[in-house]
Amino acid sequence: MKDIGQGIEWLSVNQPMTLAAIRVLLMVLPILVIVPGLIWYERRLLSWMQDRVGPNRTGTITLKNGKKIRTFGLLQPIADGVKLFFKEDITPATVDRVLYFISPAIALFPAFAVAGTLPWGPGYGTYGHLTPVWGSEIGVLYMLAISSLGVYGVVLSGYASNNKYSLMGGLRGAAQLISYELAMAMSLASIILVSGSLKLTEVVKAQEGQLWGVVPGIQNWFIFTPFGFLSAVIFLICMVAETNRAPFDLPEAENEIIAGYHTEFSSMKFAVFFMGEYAMMFIFGGIFGVVFLGGYNMLPIQWAELAANAPGYSFLHFMRDLNYWMAPLTFLGKCAAGMTFYIWLRATLPRLRYDQLMALGWKFLLPAAVANFIVSASWIMAQKLWGWQGAVGASIGAVLIAIGLYSAIRKAMNKGTTAMEKRSVELSEGTETIPSIRAVELV
Amino acid sequence: MSLDLMRDVAKPILAGFGITAQRLKKKKVTISYPDERREQYQRTRWRHYLVRYESGLEKCIGCSLCAGACPARCIYVEADENTDQERYSPGERYAKRYEINMLRCIFCGYCQEACPTGAIVLRQNFELANYERKDFIYTKEMLLEKVPGEADECYNRVPTIR
Repeated sequence: MKDIGQGIEWLSVNQPMTLAAIRVLLMVLPILVIVPGLIWYERRLLSWMQDRVGPNRTGTITLKNGKKIRTFGLLQPIADGVKLFFKEDITPATVDRVLYFISPAIALFPAFAVAGTLPWGPGYGTYGHLTPVWGSEIGVLYMLAISSLGVYGVVLSGYASNNKYSLMGGLRGAAQLISYELAMAMSLASIILVSGSLKLTEVVKAQEGQLWGVVPGIQNWFIFTPFGFLSAVIFLICMVAETNRAPFDLPEAENEIIAGYHTEFSSMKFAVFFMGEYAMMFIFGGIFGVVFLGGYNMLPIQWAELAANAPGYSFLHFMRDLNYWMAPLTFLGKCAAGMTFYIWLRATLPRLRYDQLMALGWKFLLPAAVANFIVSASWIMAQKLWGWQGAVGASIGAVLIAIGLYSAIRKAMNKGTTAMEKRSVELSEGTETIPSIRAVELV
Repeated sequence: MSLDLMRDVAKPILAGFGITAQRLKKKKVTISYPDERREQYQRTRWRHYLVRYESGLEKCIGCSLCAGACPARCIYVEADENTDQERYSPGERYAKRYEINMLRCIFCGYCQEACPTGAIVLRQNFELANYERKDFIYTKEMLLEKVPGEADECYNRVPTIR
């Protein structure tokens, strides 16, 4: 370990370009290797949730003595990949050739580009030289911008296919992205306010502080804070919509528009779309982990701070070192947890209707994210001016004002509706008879 | 249009997550086919067998009633006389050739009903796939059970026919 550390140290001084290449490879290669595993994982977990067993046979090797080496179907995606490679690559006659050929690549690249700013290890020591690939000062903005570029792949492939269903899928993808990108940005805005930086490494560092600034020994993961929890819920919904996954898979709704934007794609082009989707899901799990779940920290416990006060080399020191060296695995684990959530969600919820999708995005998520932003902003400002008592008061005031405004607007909007609802309740409970119908019956 | 966020949205979704999570520990309905087979019903009609008596003699007497009853006309029977040197069945005659075209057979079981001696039976062995069209014409050697009572055994132990 020490030798590797010194070697990287030496590289960072003498061969920064080589080190940069190593950094890129350390980010890109694992994603490429993990994606087939993700496909297998999704198929297995999804089928378990549907009382099936999923692909469990591929890769079972029978030795000469009759013993079997089982891989639990792990090689299934490899077999599928080989199949896709040798499949006939059909290009429909009337497609827009250039866009048709580059749109799978456009759909694939954001996953890798976004991964560039994610820190998968602590920003000091050996990992400091290896991650992130690009410690961007505008990390969160960059992440938002690049992740929404992925929809270009969807729109362009839908347009290039010269197929009405594909075009519809592409348009749906674009509309969905516009609706949910805003709420996602607003939910991240309050996180940025609190952490005080757009840099993702700084966001993680902000989560290593004390919980709510008062509880010693526990890390202040943003999901544990009230505003962070709301942001996390909104971000979670938006990231599912962003990656076009069930229940937000309207762009590729099989039963409505066949397969949407990738109807006309076969062979390896389709595989690239597939890969892009899964890589993006994995990376979004990582983004969620970095922004809300304390990034590469294993447990929300401040091992380093606790170990600083402890004498000698104790359990706390061991845990501190473990937390440091296990950081990449922890990060991978959080990505996998995000992936599990995606699959679980797919198994659970049915697809949204288009109007439900728009209503959820514009009428609920965006206002909730903005209110969350305002409350956390007023909290921070009031805390700076009057200390935490004032901040509590100001936040309660802000919440009350928000609720008041919201209900006032709602009342104004629902004027006719509530009257109708009241009448329908009265009718169904039988407190009011319907004389006109009675009269007709008697006659 | 009053929508309670907790009661109408959050709780049903969380309940749905609970339901899908509970399915994980449920018994899977999949039967991994070549390793294990679904149990067939007792009177399932699949593969034909020509059965023998306990003594080892064939039950079939070559009367061709099965061929007459067959709505698909897929059975061909050619009878011959038993002699004391060559005795196949207890009666006068036996089936020299007995062929069933499994591509035409509709598994109606009329042959089984028509048979006066209960010689032709349809059993649970459903693995009838093959590679060549000519292999679907089952000859007497393929249909006749090797030892008495073999057709009634579990179809798993039935020797496969290629």
